[in-house]
Amino acid sequence: MADDFLFLTELLGLKVYDLKGRRLGLVKDAAIVPLIHPARVDRFLVGGGWAWLTVRHDQVRSLSLDGIYLKDEQLTPYHSDEYMLRLVRDLLDQQIIDGQGRKVVRVTDVTFKIQHEADGESLSIVDVDIGLRSVLRRLAQGVVPPRLIRKVQTLIAPHSIRWDHCSIIEADPQRRLRLNISNKILERMHPADLADIVEDLSPDDREAIFETMDSEVAAETLSEMEPDVQASILESLETEKAADIVEEMSPHEAADVLAELEEQTSEDILEEMEVEPKAEVEELLEYKENSAGGLMNTEYVALPENTTVAGAMEALQVHEEILESLNTLFLIDAGGQLKAAIPLARLFTAAGATPLLGLAPETLIQVDVDERQDRITELFDKYNLLTLPVIDAEGKLAGVITADEIISLLREK
Amino acid sequence: MLKRFRYQIAIFFAVMGPGLITANVDNDSGGIFTYSQAGAKYGYLPLWTLIPITLLLIVTQEMCSRMGAVTGKGLSDLIREEFGLRTTFFLMIALVLTNFLNVISEFAGIASSLELFHISRYISVPICAVAVWLLVVRGNYRSVEKVFLAACFLYVTYIFSAFLLKPDWKQAAIYSVKPILMFDTDYITMLIAMVGTSIAPWMQFYLQSAIVEKGITAKEYVQSRIEVVVGCILTDVVAFFIIVSCATAIWAHGPKDINDAADAAVALKPFGQYAYLLFSAGLFNASFFAACILPLSTVFTVCEGLGFESGVDKRFHEAPEFYWLYTLLVGLGAAVILWPNFPLVKVILASQVLNGVLLPFVLIYMVLLINKKGLMKEWTNSGAYNAVAWVSVAIMIGLTLTLALITVKQMMPQARAIPPSTSALVAQVQRLSNVKSYDSKRQAFKPNIHESRLAHLVRQAIGIGKFAD
Repeated sequence: MADDFLFLTELLGLKVYDLKGRRLGLVKDAAIVPLIHPARVDRFLVGGGWAWLTVRHDQVRSLSLDGIYLKDEQLTPYHSDEYMLRLVRDLLDQQIIDGQGRKVVRVTDVTFKIQHEADGESLSIVDVDIGLRSVLRRLAQGVVPPRLIRKVQTLIAPHSIRWDHCSIIEADPQRRLRLNISNKILERMHPADLADIVEDLSPDDREAIFETMDSEVAAETLSEMEPDVQASILESLETEKAADIVEEMSPHEAADVLAELEEQTSEDILEEMEVEPKAEVEELLEYKENSAGGLMNTEYVALPENTTVAGAMEALQVHEEILESLNTLFLIDAGGQLKAAIPLARLFTAAGATPLLGLAPETLIQVDVDERQDRITELFDKYNLLTLPVIDAEGKLAGVITADEIISLLREK
Repeated sequence: MLKRFRYQIAIFFAVMGPGLITANVDNDSGGIFTYSQAGAKYGYLPLWTLIPITLLLIVTQEMCSRMGAVTGKGLSDLIREEFGLRTTFFLMIALVLTNFLNVISEFAGIASSLELFHISRYISVPICAVAVWLLVVRGNYRSVEKVFLAACFLYVTYIFSAFLLKPDWKQAAIYSVKPILMFDTDYITMLIAMVGTSIAPWMQFYLQSAIVEKGITAKEYVQSRIEVVVGCILTDVVAFFIIVSCATAIWAHGPKDINDAADAAVALKPFGQYAYLLFSAGLFNASFFAACILPLSTVFTVCEGLGFESGVDKRFHEAPEFYWLYTLLVGLGAAVILWPNFPLVKVILASQVLNGVLLPFVLIYMVLLINKKGLMKEWTNSGAYNAVAWVSVAIMIGLTLTLALITVKQMMPQARAIPPSTSALVAQVQRLSNVKSYDSKRQAFKPNIHESRLAHLVRQAIGIGKFAD
């Protein structure tokens, strides 16, 4: 049973024998063709004399630490093939994303399973190895006999990632298509985790991931990032793609990101955006970054001042998309003036016919759009607020500042 | 008025980027002692090295920051990706050993600076080691970094001191541009140490990661380049004044080895009773600052290169290799100092020599990396850059080999066995006169320097008073 697996470090340098048991050369690299099979080693690249030969997976009779024995001698010279993922060249020592552990890791070795088939044996990738055990194998590779390495390495705990949880990063979009690399694993992750991962990558790799990601996921991920990283990512993308992503963001976050960008880039992106989100974002962009106007968002529910509890419940059905983070309702009069702020929880203990105005707390805490940042944090602290309404010069409700915004703000300091 | 002042300070810190931080950390305890030793022992002679050193420093640091900005990856990451694990591993082993000696030298700097005030190293070193560990692991390091940076202005005292001491500016100017080579172990050792302390290998890894972490991209790189160049020049301007101060205050009264902080503090004697205080504060700040950055940078480099989890925002069980290595570096580095009669200054100097020996190897990888089109696109090196880098590699390897050769030769039994008899003395003096004629062809020595140097060499040759004047 011990021979059911093989490491890439062991595969390299294995001797390849022809039908009569003559040595053809040594294994130099192995390649998978993801379009055909995501894990099976499709070709072995064998180097003997000057050129490399290609051994297809169905030409192998047996495969073990003792060498590779062929059943077919029709070998073709190796030509670089765009559809091939070469394990040594493209995978070993490179960074990949561990979808389950949610981090970027560096490949030290690869573990194969030896598949026994009716008329031959093949290899398929099971794990990608990281950590000390694989480091030991790499260091001893070619110096210490493989069987001895296998014995010694049991002293160290293994550290591997299942191949199906791995996501390869490929900066070249053409090649990404040919290699059938998708972002499915990434798109299933929590945006905050994905943001952490992407921040760890180099600018080229970041760009690669954002280019191919669904705009909605990209927008959520971008929202979780540091402002300077957001800016550098958006700047590196095509204007059209950047505009798609910004449209998916909440207007308040979109405005923050655009404010970080160089003026020209920011205008280009706005230009590409749809009319409706564009207007909202442009409005928010007018405010100073560290004033109430810069902090507020426009995702709030404002109702006429004579609404009853039942009426409010009904109105909320329409605003389903913001229910998750909603905790306050606002009442405005016919002129748009802010009248009251009702904590959402109050609605549940009141009868359906009760007018909302009756549930309002005695004092209405609100700030002007140009109120200073530190004064706002002070208010949040003093009155234990979850949301703070912001009014413009005419007393109309312009937006709300939420507690999570204040938390991010304080953490930045 | 106050507001204006505050505003200016804010601007100043905003531009204080990776380049200037690196430049300031460059003059750590190793730097101060190496330059002091150079000035105290050889006077103005070694000043000529500063121009080539500055050039090389600019070239290396510029390459690092360019690689960081273009690839967005650290130096050890790149070495791993392009040269594989085994190369990376051995380079990392060498780096950890060298840096360990550097960590020791930072703690030695802390110990010797406080011993000027009779604070025992058994008190100062453990406290500082724990402080460094906590400061970094708890993540409050960033908030105090600016204090360290500001305190680096203590180096300005050397500039004042140099002027107040009224050095022989003419000689200083001449020897700044006149190369002098001597095939003498101490001199070659010192040359290697001077290069090693100015262009410490760990600094290159640190600078590149700092550039990456700051998110500087190829587009914004031009500003960074200016900062890096300014930083490099600043480093060596300080080095120049340290050497001149020591040459005037110490060497002029007889060449001397620096054995402890008190010896080195003499260079600041125009400040009278404050000389000790200034020297001690400057040395302490530099050493503590570097003691925070150096082990951390080492561990980051190693973990990145070998693919271990790293970062102070990780918990211990998430990044065990990171925390273990960090703790070991700080803990052992401090513990070694507590060894009874540990020769602080000697080890500081030795660590800088090791830096100089490792440097060419790091440089080789850097030059190979930066010339890869696939990696650097249009940002690869120009021919002149490569020339400077390769010539430096050749010189550094040459110096190291020469040093090794001379050391081995000296260790041969016959060289030691002969007692300083008259015949040996005569032979030595004959050899010296050869040196003289060889050098005078190139007009390397002024007679007055030559005399004192000759006296020194004669004393050395007959094996007495090597460390006394």
